[in-house]
Formats: sequence, C-alpha cells, structure tokens
Amino acid sequence: MSKPYWNKENFPITPNIRNPGGSLAFKCGQWRMVKPIIDEKKCTKCGICITFCPDDAIEKTAKGIIEIKYDYCKGCGICANECPAKAIKIVAEVGESCTTEG
Amino acid sequence: MSGNRAIAEAVKLAQVNVVSAYPITPQTSIVEYLSEFIANGELDAQFLQAESEFGAMSACIGASSVGARVFTATCSQGLALMHELNYVAAGLRLPIVMAVTNRQLSQPLGMWCDHSDAMGERDSGWLQIYVESCQEALDTVIQAFKIAENRDVLLPIMVCLDGFILSHTSEAVDVPDQKAVRAFLPPYKPDADYNTLLDVKKPLAAGGGCPPGYTMEFDYKKYEAQEKAKELLRKVDGEFGEAFGRQYGLVEAYRCDDADVIMAAMGTIVSTAKDVADKLREEKGWRVGVLKLRSYRPFPKQEVLKATAHAKALAVVSRAISYGVGAPVFSDVAATMSHASKKPILLNVIAGIGGRDVAQKDITVVFEKALKAAETGKVESEVEWLGLNKSLVGG
Amino acid sequence: MKEIRFHGRGGQGAVVGSEILADAAMREGKYSQSFPTFGAERRGAPLMAFTRIDDKPIRLRCQVYEPDYVIVLDASISQYQDLTSGLKPDGTVIVNTPLTAEKVKEAKIATKGRICPVDASSIAMKIIGGSILNTVILGAFAAATGEVKLKSLFEAVENRFPKPVAEKNIQAMKEAYETVKSRGDCSV
Repeated sequence: MSKPYWNKENFPITPNIRNPGGSLAFKCGQWRMVKPIIDEKKCTKCGICITFCPDDAIEKTAKGIIEIKYDYCKGCGICANECPAKAIKIVAEVGESCTTEG
Repeated sequence: MSGNRAIAEAVKLAQVNVVSAYPITPQTSIVEYLSEFIANGELDAQFLQAESEFGAMSACIGASSVGARVFTATCSQGLALMHELNYVAAGLRLPIVMAVTNRQLSQPLGMWCDHSDAMGERDSGWLQIYVESCQEALDTVIQAFKIAENRDVLLPIMVCLDGFILSHTSEAVDVPDQKAVRAFLPPYKPDADYNTLLDVKKPLAAGGGCPPGYTMEFDYKKYEAQEKAKELLRKVDGEFGEAFGRQYGLVEAYRCDDADVIMAAMGTIVSTAKDVADKLREEKGWRVGVLKLRSYRPFPKQEVLKATAHAKALAVVSRAISYGVGAPVFSDVAATMSHASKKPILLNVIAGIGGRDVAQKDITVVFEKALKAAETGKVESEVEWLGLNKSLVGG
Repeated sequence: MKEIRFHGRGGQGAVVGSEILADAAMREGKYSQSFPTFGAERRGAPLMAFTRIDDKPIRLRCQVYEPDYVIVLDASISQYQDLTSGLKPDGTVIVNTPLTAEKVKEAKIATKGRICPVDASSIAMKIIGGSILNTVILGAFAAATGEVKLKSLFEAVENRFPKPVAEKNIQAMKEAYETVKSRGDCSV
C-alpha cells in the first residue's frame, strides 16, 4: 500500500500544477483501439503527418526517420488520411492477452 | 430521457419565441436539442447566436423587452458572466426563464455539481426553484413561464437542476400534450402601459437613471413581487396539478409530521434522503423526516416554520459555502427562525461540494448528528463539512 | 432494486448501452434510471455507466457502490481498475471476451462473482460488421440474469436506431442471448 501523496502538512492551498511536462507521464496511447504503422519504404519524410498530428505524437528522429510515439498516439488516423505518399496504414490494435486466447 | 432533454421538451411545449444561449458543460445539450427543434420546425422560434453568456443574457433582455417569450440556459462561469445583467433583467421586470444546471464556480476549476453558481444570484431578484427529478425539471419550466409572466410577479426565474446528476441522467419522463400545455400556458401578453415593452407605437426608454429618492421604492416593488410570487407559485402549481396530475409545492415536508429530527436540503440530495429516511425509519425506528426546499427564492418561510416547529433538531444542508459565515441555506433558515418562539436546534451542514457524491451513508451521518444534537441539546461543531477528508485538512 | 455497472472506453457505447437497458426495463413497466460517470468526455478513456431498475420509483441519485451486475465491454480496462469492486457477493459479471470464465478469473479481469463470458466482439463483427458491441452484450445480460426480456431490449433498440441498423443489432443480440443460454448457468 503506497503512501498517500498528500497529507495535512503538504496539502497545497490551490490545485496549481507545479511540475512542468507532467502530461508526459500520462500515456494516453493506452486508449488506442487502432494504430498507425508507417511503411518506411513509401515514406518520403515530408513531415506532413507531424504537422497534422493533433497530439504531437509523431517525430522525426536524429537519423531523419519519421516515428510514431506509441505512448501518446491515440489512433485518430489523421496522419494516415493526410499522408500524400499513402505510407501510413491503420491496423487494429492487438490488446493484451485478455482479449485473445491463451 | 435526460434532464437536459426534459428541459428542452418543456421549452418547446411552452412555445417560446426566442432562445439565446451559449454552451457550457453540463448545459450544452439543452441548447443543442433546442436548436435542433428550431431547425426542423418543431419549435417556431428564433435562435439568437451569442458570443458569450453576457451576449446571451443581453439578447434575452432585448427580446423579452419586445414582448417575446424568452428562454436561456447556463451555469457556473456562464451564470457568473451574466451577473450584472441578471440584476438588470430583474430590475426591468422581464419574465425570462433560465435553466441552470448547477455547477461549481472556479477556482478550483471543475465541471461538477454544487450550488455555488446559483447562490451568487440569490439576491438578484430572480426566483430560484430547485428540482429533484427530470420530470420535475420539465414541469417546473412550464410552470415558470406562467409565474414569471403574471402581472403581479414579472420577475425572471431560474429553474435549477443539479449538473450531471439530473442533466445527464435518463429516466422515464411524461411529456404532456402540446394542446394541454397551450391551454395551461397561453402566449405571453405584455401590457405596453405597464411592462417593459418596446413598442414603436408607444415609445419608451427602458431603464432610466434613478435618483436616490426612488431607487428604494422600485426595489421595494420587486421585493413585493417576490412575496406575491409565493402565492402564485402555490396557485400555478395547484393548477398544474389539476391539469397534469403532478404538483410539487414550495416545499415538500416528507414524513416530517412525527419526525424528531429533520434534514432540509435542495436538489437531488433530497431525493436520495427520502430513500434513506424510509430505510432508517424501518430498520432503526428513528423518526426522521426530509424537508425539500423547492422554492429557494422566494424563501418559503411560513412553510419551513410550520414543518419544523415541533422537531427537536433541523439539519440544514447547503450544497454551497458562504465564506466568512458558514453556508447560505443555513443562514436563510436561521434568519427565518430568528423570531420563532419554538424552534429546533439547527445544524449547519455543507455537503456535495464540487460534485462530491452524497450517498446513503452520508445522509445517515447527517441524521445521526441531528439525533445527537436533539439528545444533548447542542451541536458538535458550528459547521459540519460532510465527508471532509480530515487527513488533508482540518484541525 | 437492481444496480448495474457498465465498464467501457469512451466511444464503445457503454453510456448508450446503459440507456438501452433502462429503456427496456421501462417498457416492462419498471422504473429505471441511467447515467454515466461524469467526467471529461474523451474517446478511449475508461469510463463507467450505471443503470438502476426497480418496481417502484427510484429516488436514489447517488453513485452506484455495490452493483448487482457488472457488464464489461472492454476487458483491457481491468489493467487500470478492479472491475468487480463492490460487486454484491451473489453478483454476476458479464465480460466481453473469448476466454473461459476460469481464464477470466486467472487473468484477474474479474476477481469475484458469477462470471459469464461472451465473445460479443466476434458476434458484433460477424453480424453487425463493426466493433460496437453494447447491444450484443445486453443480449448476453438478458440470458445470464433474466432481469430484462429480450423482446424489451429489441423494442428499445428499434426505438433508438434506424431500421437496418436495428435489425442487425437485434440479430446479434439474439445470438449472444442464445450462446449464453445454451451454456446453461454461467460458471463461477
């Protein structure tokens, strides 16, 4: 049983958020029901998907490769819709073992 | 249907002429339904798009001033944004009806139910009715137009329903027949010689500047109108009962006649409390009652005194806080009892803040404390914060 | 009075499911109430919806703490919360899963109660042609609990969806119902 985060001594006076970047800890990718897969061979690295992603869940790595940040991708499919090279495929999200046999 | 849908159906049945509103959770679907009804011709009204709640109430004041039957809806920050205009609407004696899906005022920011929003308007001159079911929400909106438009009242009315708890809860609702509603509530007929009515044939400037010699007297007339509204509330409710088989009263004294202790509250807390009262009577033999304050403004002083005079203790539950003194509903009840020769011990209870659930066990605690006060002759604390997390705050 | 708790993700139709169940009960002359957990509405986030059914008017308006039944539309939510928390000792939990009741317990999807698994996803995919299974699982609920008649659920669905959609849903609900019924009592 973990210790409660707050107690009488440290309960703040207002619900101000004091840790910057706290939303990074919230892996909303878990909400996903479908996921985008980039076909690297077709990808022209134009970066349009990055521009359109509403969740800032796509990035260009140091090597110049476009990668989906699956921790945050919610599977909206906008990237696949906008990709001019049709390099992004939307596939069903395969869940944990609880949704498949064995 | 949901409480929001019930409200929209009532507004449609009331055949309003103008709707002007701005979306805010959890009221949004009221306005969505209404714009749908208007768009598909089910409701022959004008929808005035507003850029904010201030704009919406401005539009309502304008529309009501030209004789339209007007409706709007809001809550929380939206109601607060209307604040200065709420006093104008009441001061110009405009019979606007507004649904308020009670939601907490920021800060802290939240979308959940408490009565802090409407409490901020309790001195504005608007009537305030608190409902406990989706059916009552529908019925009360229809009643509201009839009361507001009455020559002896001519004050705006807010119909308050607990945000989410009623607005987003679906249950069976009987939607009355349009013809029957029309017979009960004929079209609004303002009097150009009496009401605030902008009429090119009888031009006037609404809301002139008023010197110290007259303001008090104009305010007195508003005060009188709220007193007269008590009688109208009873009358219209009775007529509604005859026409539709349902009536609610200014208060509902549930099993109070032989109660040792009574809990007074507004909104859905009352609904759950009735269930708990029955259970406690049956299982523990406690003689407990629930006093529903349906009309909050005007405050039903006589009814409250009558229902509670014999009780040993009365726990007054407010779903809002009055910083610096306690809680608003308690203050009103205590003031009402200030001259009473015989009165119960009063407990000041704050509950359900920011959507905090008021469950059966919480209500049982209220009755327990009331019984203890009745027994000992005194209260444990000046203000009882029901369900307060004492590991975080408090002495 | 019976209290039912639905677990699903935003967008899976848990809220609509709770409303259809309430509607069906109303058609049988019962009193009913349905409401969602009131929070920020977002697709994919786990949420709960509730239905109360009773023979007399329902005055309780607080949250449901001890459901008689739990309906799970998406078993993957079990990784974030205890889906059978508060379930009455003799309660039933209907889970959308291809797993057996034993495996459901092993995987800690449901840790107590009478477990009734049904592969609603497959039935929905096969008959309706989509992944929304809120009505399908209600068919299984009717069979597992007898709290509401299949016919009433059909009427509620017909009332809510356009004819071609309603028909497919009804077919799928029938199959889910028969699947559960043919297995006899749901195993523990």
